[in-house]
Amino acid sequence: MAKITLDGLAHSYYPNPKTDADFALKELNYEWDDGGAYALLGPSGCGKTTLLNIISGLLVPSKGNILFGSKNVTELQPEQRNIAQVFQFPVIYDTMTVRQNLEFPLVNRQVPKNEIDKRVAEMIQVLDLEDKADRKARGLTADEKQKISLGRGLVRYDVNAILFDEPLTVIDPHMKWQLRTKLKDLHRQLGHTMIYVTHDQTEALTFADKVVVMYEGDVVQIGTPEELFDEPAHTFVGYFIGSPGMNILSSEVKGKTARIGSHEIKLAHEYHALGETAEVGIRPEFVTLSGGKKGMPVSINSVEDIGRFKIVRASLEGQELNAVLPEGAPVPADPKVSFDMSRINIYENSHLVRKGA
Amino acid sequence: MDKTYNNKAWFLVLPVFVLVALSAIIPIMTVVNYSVQDTFGNNQFFWAGTEWFEDVLSSERFWNSLSRNLLFSFIILSIEIPLGIGIALCMPKKGPWVPVCLVMMALPLLIPWNVVGTIWQIFGRADIGLLGHTLEAIGVDYNYTSNIFDAWVTIIVMDVWHWTSLVVLLCYAGLVSIPDAYYQAARIDGASKLSVFRFIQLPKMRGVLIIAFLLRFMDSFMIYTEPFVLTGGGPGNSTTFMSIDLVKQAIGQFDLGPAAAMSLIYQLIIILICYVFFTVMSHTGSDKPEQGAGE
Repeated sequence: MAKITLDGLAHSYYPNPKTDADFALKELNYEWDDGGAYALLGPSGCGKTTLLNIISGLLVPSKGNILFGSKNVTELQPEQRNIAQVFQFPVIYDTMTVRQNLEFPLVNRQVPKNEIDKRVAEMIQVLDLEDKADRKARGLTADEKQKISLGRGLVRYDVNAILFDEPLTVIDPHMKWQLRTKLKDLHRQLGHTMIYVTHDQTEALTFADKVVVMYEGDVVQIGTPEELFDEPAHTFVGYFIGSPGMNILSSEVKGKTARIGSHEIKLAHEYHALGETAEVGIRPEFVTLSGGKKGMPVSINSVEDIGRFKIVRASLEGQELNAVLPEGAPVPADPKVSFDMSRINIYENSHLVRKGA
Repeated sequence: MDKTYNNKAWFLVLPVFVLVALSAIIPIMTVVNYSVQDTFGNNQFFWAGTEWFEDVLSSERFWNSLSRNLLFSFIILSIEIPLGIGIALCMPKKGPWVPVCLVMMALPLLIPWNVVGTIWQIFGRADIGLLGHTLEAIGVDYNYTSNIFDAWVTIIVMDVWHWTSLVVLLCYAGLVSIPDAYYQAARIDGASKLSVFRFIQLPKMRGVLIIAFLLRFMDSFMIYTEPFVLTGGGPGNSTTFMSIDLVKQAIGQFDLGPAAAMSLIYQLIIILICYVFFTVMSHTGSDKPEQGAGE
C-alpha cells in the first residue's frame, strides 16, 4: 500500500490536443493519502472515469506522471500496478463458482495453494457469502455479484488502491445502502485506499472522507463533505451538492454590502469591489421566508412539499431563488426573504472569493 | 368458484392454423399417408402398415447413406466451429476494417447453393479449373469425379468455404457484445490470454455457439444441392447422402412408399439429434437452465 501522487496529470482523447477544450482531464496535481476513502463526484462526462482509468492503468495519460509511493507507474500495465477495480456492471466469471472467482487473481499470480485457500476462506467470510461459496456465480443477484468483484480485489492483501466506478448503479435501492455500509466497514477493517467514482452526491458524501468534485475536466474542489456544503469553492459545487442546490444570484459587491437589483444585503466580511461577474451564493437552508415587513419581497412560483420540509421556488428581482420552509410553517401571503449573513459566500467568475480578501 | 370458459378466442388462432396447415401439416400428412400405403397409380391405395419402415430400416442402402451423413456432419462441425471461433477472434473489434471484414464474411452466404456447386465443379476441373489445374501442375493426382477421397475433400472444403462465415458472424456478434469491463477486469486480475478466452469469451459466446452448432448440424445433415451439382452422388455412391438418396428413390425410381418412410425417419433423426445437442449444450456450464437472455 502506498500514497498515490498525481503529478501534472492531464489527458486528451485526441492525438494532438490544442485548446483546453480538447482535454477530457485538465492538468491535475494531487496526493491521495494511503488508506484514505475518496470520492470522485461530478456529472456524466466530467472526466472522473478518465481519471480513474488513468490511476488503474487502463489509460495512459497524455501528460504528467502517476506515482505509487515513490515508484513511477505511468507506463505500467494494470496487472503490474497492483490495484483492484470494481466496475459499474458486476464483472464475474460466469462458469466459475464464487470460490473460484475469488481464487482467480491469486492463481494467476502463482500464490501458493494453502495461502490461497486461507485468504479466500477469509474473504468469503468477510463478504458474508459462506452459504453460496460453492455455487456457480452466474445465478447470483446483482449485489452479490458486485461483492464478488470487490472480493477479487480485496483478496490480494497488497493492493495499492481499490477503485470503484459507479459500483452501485445496477443495485436495487434497498441493497445500495447495505452494500455501501459494507464498503465502509471493509475500509475500516482492511484500511485500503479507496477511490469511488459516482455522480450521486449522497453516495459520495456518505462514503468518502474527502470528496473530489469535478466539472468539465477540472477538479473544482477537494474537501470534506462539510467543506463542500459550507464553502463551495465554485458555483458548480454549490449547485451540485445539496438538494436543492445553492442559490446563486448575480449582484454588485463592494465593501460589506452586496446589491441585488434594488436591495442591499449586509455581508459579514469586507470585500474589495468586485467586477460584473460577482455573485452571491446562499444555500436554501439559510434563506428565511417570512410574512413580516423586513426583508426583500419575492414572488413565489411554486411550492414542493417533500414531506419533511417544503421547497419554495421563488423569484427575487427576476432571479431564481429557492428557500427551504420547515414542516408545518405556512407559506406567507406577502412573502419576504432574508439571508443568514454568516452563510453567504461571494463568487467572482464562478470561483469563491475567500472571506476578508 | 367456477371459472367461466370462453372458447371464442380459439377462432383468433384460425388464420395461423390455416397457414401452418397449408405449409406444414398437409405436406407432412401426405408423406405419412404414402409411408403406410402402397399405390400402383390411378389413385388406388393399399394399406401397407409398417412394411416400408421395416424395409428402409433393414436396407443396407439406408444405413450407408445415414453413416455418410453422420460422418459428413461430424467433419463439418469439427472444422467449421473451431475455425469460425478462431476467425471471429482475429477480426478487428472497431475501426474502418470492421465493415470490410463483415462484408467479406457475408459474401459466400449470399451465393445460391447450386451456384456454389457449379463454382466448385469448374474450380476443381483439371482442364479449365484453377484449383484442378494448379494441383495437376504441381503433380498432385486430383480428380473429384473418380476418386472417392478427392470427392469428399472437395465437398468438405466447399462447405467450409460456404458456411464457416455463418459461424464467424455469429461468434463475432457474441464477442462484440462483451462489455469492455470484462477485459479490463481480467487484466487487473492478471489473467492470461488463454484464461480470457476460456473464462470470458467462450462462456459469453455460449448462446450464439449453440445456434451456430444447431444450424450447421441441420444444414450439413440435410445437404443436397452442392454434392448433387458437384458429384451427383458419385463416384459410385460415395457421396450419396440421405437427401440425394431420397430424391433418387422418390423421383428416379418412383418408390413413393419407401421414400416417404425414409423421409419420416430422416426427419425424426434430425429432431432427435438437435434436441439432444440443445439440451446438452444449454446445460453445460450452468447449474440451472438459462433464463431469457442471461444478464
